[in-house]
Amino acid sequence: MSRLAAIFRTTAARLSALYLLLFGISAIVLVFYMTSLSERMLLAQTRETIDAEALSLSRVYERGGLPALVRSVAQRSRQPGANLYLLTDPNGRPLAGNVETFDTSVLSITGWTEQPFAYRRFGEGASRPQGEGENGESRHRAIAQVSRLPNQMIILIGRDLGEPERFRRVVQRSLMLALGVMGLGALLIWLFVGRQALNRIDDMSEASRRIMGGDLTGRLPVTGAGDEFDRLSENLNTMLARIAALNDGLKQVSDNIAHDLKTPLTRIRNRAESMLAGKHSAAQYREALEGTIAESDQLIRTFNAILMISRLQAGYSAESTTPVALSAIVRDVVELYEPVAEEAGVVLTAGEVSDGTVQGNRELIGQTLSNIVDNAIKYSGDVEGGGKVQVSLARAGNELRISVADNGPGIPEEDRARVVERFVRLEKSRSQPGSGLGLSLADAVMKFHGGKLKLSGRDPGLLVEMTFPREQNQ
Amino acid sequence: MARLAPSENKTPDTEAMKILVIEDDREAADYLEKALNEAGHTTHVARDGEAGFTLADSETYDVLIVDRMLPRRDGLSMIAGLRARGNATPVLILSALGEVDDRVTGLRAGGDDYLTKPYAFSELLARIEVLNRRANVRDGETLYRAGDLELDRLSHAVRRGGKEIVLQPREFRLLEYLMRHTGQVVTRTMLLENVWDYHFDPQTNVIDVHVSRLRSKIEKGFDKPLLHTVRGAGYMLKA
Repeated sequence: MSRLAAIFRTTAARLSALYLLLFGISAIVLVFYMTSLSERMLLAQTRETIDAEALSLSRVYERGGLPALVRSVAQRSRQPGANLYLLTDPNGRPLAGNVETFDTSVLSITGWTEQPFAYRRFGEGASRPQGEGENGESRHRAIAQVSRLPNQMIILIGRDLGEPERFRRVVQRSLMLALGVMGLGALLIWLFVGRQALNRIDDMSEASRRIMGGDLTGRLPVTGAGDEFDRLSENLNTMLARIAALNDGLKQVSDNIAHDLKTPLTRIRNRAESMLAGKHSAAQYREALEGTIAESDQLIRTFNAILMISRLQAGYSAESTTPVALSAIVRDVVELYEPVAEEAGVVLTAGEVSDGTVQGNRELIGQTLSNIVDNAIKYSGDVEGGGKVQVSLARAGNELRISVADNGPGIPEEDRARVVERFVRLEKSRSQPGSGLGLSLADAVMKFHGGKLKLSGRDPGLLVEMTFPREQNQ
Repeated sequence: MARLAPSENKTPDTEAMKILVIEDDREAADYLEKALNEAGHTTHVARDGEAGFTLADSETYDVLIVDRMLPRRDGLSMIAGLRARGNATPVLILSALGEVDDRVTGLRAGGDDYLTKPYAFSELLARIEVLNRRANVRDGETLYRAGDLELDRLSHAVRRGGKEIVLQPREFRLLEYLMRHTGQVVTRTMLLENVWDYHFDPQTNVIDVHVSRLRSKIEKGFDKPLLHTVRGAGYMLKA
């Protein structure tokens, strides 16, 4: 029962009930309108028949006088399914006709009876008990036209009302039946649809409960029907996938923080503790404090990089992107790093720089390219015969590609995918300062721009390519 | 990014400023108040946005230091409120957020500069001294002078002791910025922001190398050093 009650609580059921109510009211109005209309039409038809009868009888009287009229009335009265006929003398005594008893006051009027009146035909009384009639009066009701002949004879022609009443009842009953069948059909459809919808929603609720319970890999059922429930499920599933990705990112960040930030924090703490423990010179205190600040700054830098990566992966707001001229960034960064490169004994040059604009964030792209160039200079500084780093910007079909090529030691092929992961620093690079986040940040920035970061080998050296999709025509 | 004790940043010709710090964190506010006072400035502190707004609106300050997230009225709405009342006091926004967007929204709300927490005090001090409008009388000048060094902003000519010095365009902009703030400490990030228009943290000593190149051009063959390194803070051009 509670399940049935639940169906009644669905929106579909409520709407169906409302429609059923409206339909019922209009159907009832229709039934009454139709029956009263048909009744009126039948009545009008009856009157026409009676008029024709009266005209015909008056012609008979004109031609053959009273005897012909009496004969004609008697004859017509005997026909099966005949009208009511009654011919009386001026005092109301019947001369011919088929009406046995009736409300005699009818004879005093001329023309149409205003109200239907009760009557009984000859031979009806005994064979058909009409229990309800008062004073043995039958229930038969009729309308009639009363007219007077020139010799003061009264002639009454009438017709039983049973037929239109029966007809009305039949129409009414059949309409009511149709209405009932339709209502029943609507109810069945409603139950079926409501149940169906309820089942789908129950499935979805069940799946949501499982997901809320912690199973973030769970998804809402998609039946493949392509209806609105499927669309809703698909959208919710996309949302869930996004949430799961964010959750994974968050988990990874906290793992990394636990793993990599604890070490420098422990170092800072140990240093402070050892300085508090013994007596030291002012210079030693100063050195320890400066070391602490330097280490904290590095921690903050690492922290900022982690946050930046997470936010980029979570999807930066599109507001922060504008059309950015990549060529200007390439020139800026080469110009910015050229003196540092020279000092490190590296020749930094800008190769071919095509013009190109992408929709993006100038700061992020500039910072990323700086990091990559910075790395390239660092690693090619020790190369015998002098390091060389070349930055170029080229169009490749619909893409724009910034390449940074160096002639340093490069990265072994098997490690290339790994260095993009957070905090991965190859053993060889442990001696170089850095958080190990530079390439992960670069990767996140490229993904944010819908592009990709690719590391490949040169002989010797490393080629880092930042590929941006779709050039902005402008 | 080693940090010096605040008093060591104090330079004799830095004007004493009247500063309003609007910061709800008691420890951070106390630290700022103490350090700014030691640097020779007068400091008032407000602990929420409403109190800060009332103070800034009723008294005249040289610089406001506003935390972005404040109780009762957030920093940005407070700044926007002051600007709407025609108050043009320079504002340095402090924020724990520090994404690219935050900087943009902060400056759009009417802030003049933006610093992300945690920050080095030397960085904050250098920035508010540069923000102080009374010290920035050089904005309208077309000829900057420091000792015998001259920089003509219109003809882009640089001379020292009457002798022409040839600079690359970027070196010119670097010197222009340093000379506009003659006698003030200018940090590396300020240089990257104002000369290169990038706001990230330069991890290696890129700026130092540019400055030392510029230094060799303007000091080679002259006895008196002009471009000084302020340890742990940045640079200062001073005759």
